[in-house]
Amino acid sequence: MTTAATQEGPLLRIDTLTKTFGGFVALDNVNVEIRKGERFGLIGPNGSGKTTLVNCISGALRPNKGAVVFAGEDITQVPPNQRSHRGIARSFQIPRPFRSMTVLENLMVALDFAAHRHLLETEAHRRDAAMSILTRIGLASRAHVATTSLTQVELRKMELARAMATGPKLLISDEAMAGLSTSEVDEVLDLLISLGGEDIAIIMIEHIMQAVMRFSERVMCLDAGKIIAIGAPAEVMSNPRVQEAYLGT
Amino acid sequence: MQRSSIAFWCGAAVFLIAMLLSTQFVTNEYPFFAGYVILQFVVLSVAWTILGGYAGYVNFGTNAFFGVGVYSAVLLIKAYEAPLLVQILVAGAVGGLLGLGVGLLTLRMRGIFFSIATIAVAIVIETAITNWRFVGGAAGIQLQRPPVMAPFDSYVKMLFFVQALMVVLAVAITRFIQNSRIGRGLQALRDDELAAECTGVPTLRLKLLACVISGALISAGGAPAALYLQYANPESAFNLNYSASVLAMSLIGGTAHWIGPIIGAILLGGTQQFLAVTISSEINVLVLGCMLVLFVVAAPKGIIGLVERIRRVGGKA
Repeated sequence: MTTAATQEGPLLRIDTLTKTFGGFVALDNVNVEIRKGERFGLIGPNGSGKTTLVNCISGALRPNKGAVVFAGEDITQVPPNQRSHRGIARSFQIPRPFRSMTVLENLMVALDFAAHRHLLETEAHRRDAAMSILTRIGLASRAHVATTSLTQVELRKMELARAMATGPKLLISDEAMAGLSTSEVDEVLDLLISLGGEDIAIIMIEHIMQAVMRFSERVMCLDAGKIIAIGAPAEVMSNPRVQEAYLGT
Repeated sequence: MQRSSIAFWCGAAVFLIAMLLSTQFVTNEYPFFAGYVILQFVVLSVAWTILGGYAGYVNFGTNAFFGVGVYSAVLLIKAYEAPLLVQILVAGAVGGLLGLGVGLLTLRMRGIFFSIATIAVAIVIETAITNWRFVGGAAGIQLQRPPVMAPFDSYVKMLFFVQALMVVLAVAITRFIQNSRIGRGLQALRDDELAAECTGVPTLRLKLLACVISGALISAGGAPAALYLQYANPESAFNLNYSASVLAMSLIGGTAHWIGPIIGAILLGGTQQFLAVTISSEINVLVLGCMLVLFVVAAPKGIIGLVERIRRVGGKA
């Protein structure tokens, strides 16, 4: 019954979501659905509510109104760690590694507490799983390095690797390319595209337009907490309201 | 069993046998009288590290848990003449419950709020005990030791050995936590609580668990103090010095590994005992303060941090 519903319905449904901070309305009646395996771009000027939306999806913030429905179940009141178990993973705009640990240990935290832990019974199994994710991400050679000595691009990759280790169905990448060089942006973008595809939907928040255009199947633009455009990338970019929001008048 | 586990349990067995033999062959009681205090501080510091070190939630209320342990024992002696083992077990249970209560009320908050709340808890409980006539009130209570059990020839030696057993228990539990995923989860939430949450770590549950285990061990470690001193009063049982000493011992030893608080407790506890005999019991507080300042400035990760740094430098050279 529930499995049939999850296969037919969207993976994630945001339903009339509203979040205010005091008198400031960060999200205003946001409605959107994300399909299983979809590559979804989320854009908007600074302060438009992108990260607030991510925080409401991942559970770091509770909305004032509305619902977050994941795989057919209302998770609006579910704490972040249980959302992670259900398959929602994220990276942070400013990387938040576990600083006292190595790269591998960061991933081990995810694997130690993952919902699919029973599939990886021993510590050795989990270590192998962590190493295979690091190999895919291209960080295998840095596995035993302390996270404090990673470069910016490595930190971003480490966060994606840690998110992948939780076994997500939905991966949210919050400006994983901010502050990276052009070649590094391409590197992370290729990585994100390769991580999707296998039943993992990805929401990518980004300011770099070429990256958004190349990555997304669908793009949504937020401005002042409201959706001003949603649809195919080219369509959204040519929308005068989007251009206005970004460039000003 | 892993090789490190075998080594650990062999070490624990050798330690216990050595302690037991010493009680049989050393006739002078003083070393056991002083040794008891040092072992007690090892238990308290190791237990404190579970929450204060691994999870990074600094508990200033060690004295609350310690005093609750002492007074659980006092109550059991006064009301039921309960044996020592029962006193320790009940004290542990009461300490665990206190940990759960304090944790539920305060662990949703981050950092300093928890620390402040633990101080408040100590004051509240001390005030309650001070006004409780049955356990002696403010004047305190004299306690009669029951006859000593074989193979020991004095009660102090027996308590010394009991405290040695508690050391092994506390270290074994702490070591288990450190090596299990609980330890990794606590370390993750200490580094970054939100990131840990979003990585699937049940942070509140882990913090509560740490608070319960830590509280239970501190209270259990405090229970024998009632019969050790044959006297209990609220002012000494809930003395803030316990919190300061345990905090200093853990931080000076280093909280990243269970061996840290052991080193810290032996070093500082030993120094305190030595100073109390040679100079005065007042000066040890001064020494404690100076050492804490010195370590916070020069070696913030304690002795084990210092050793690691030296080893790394040595390795590179």
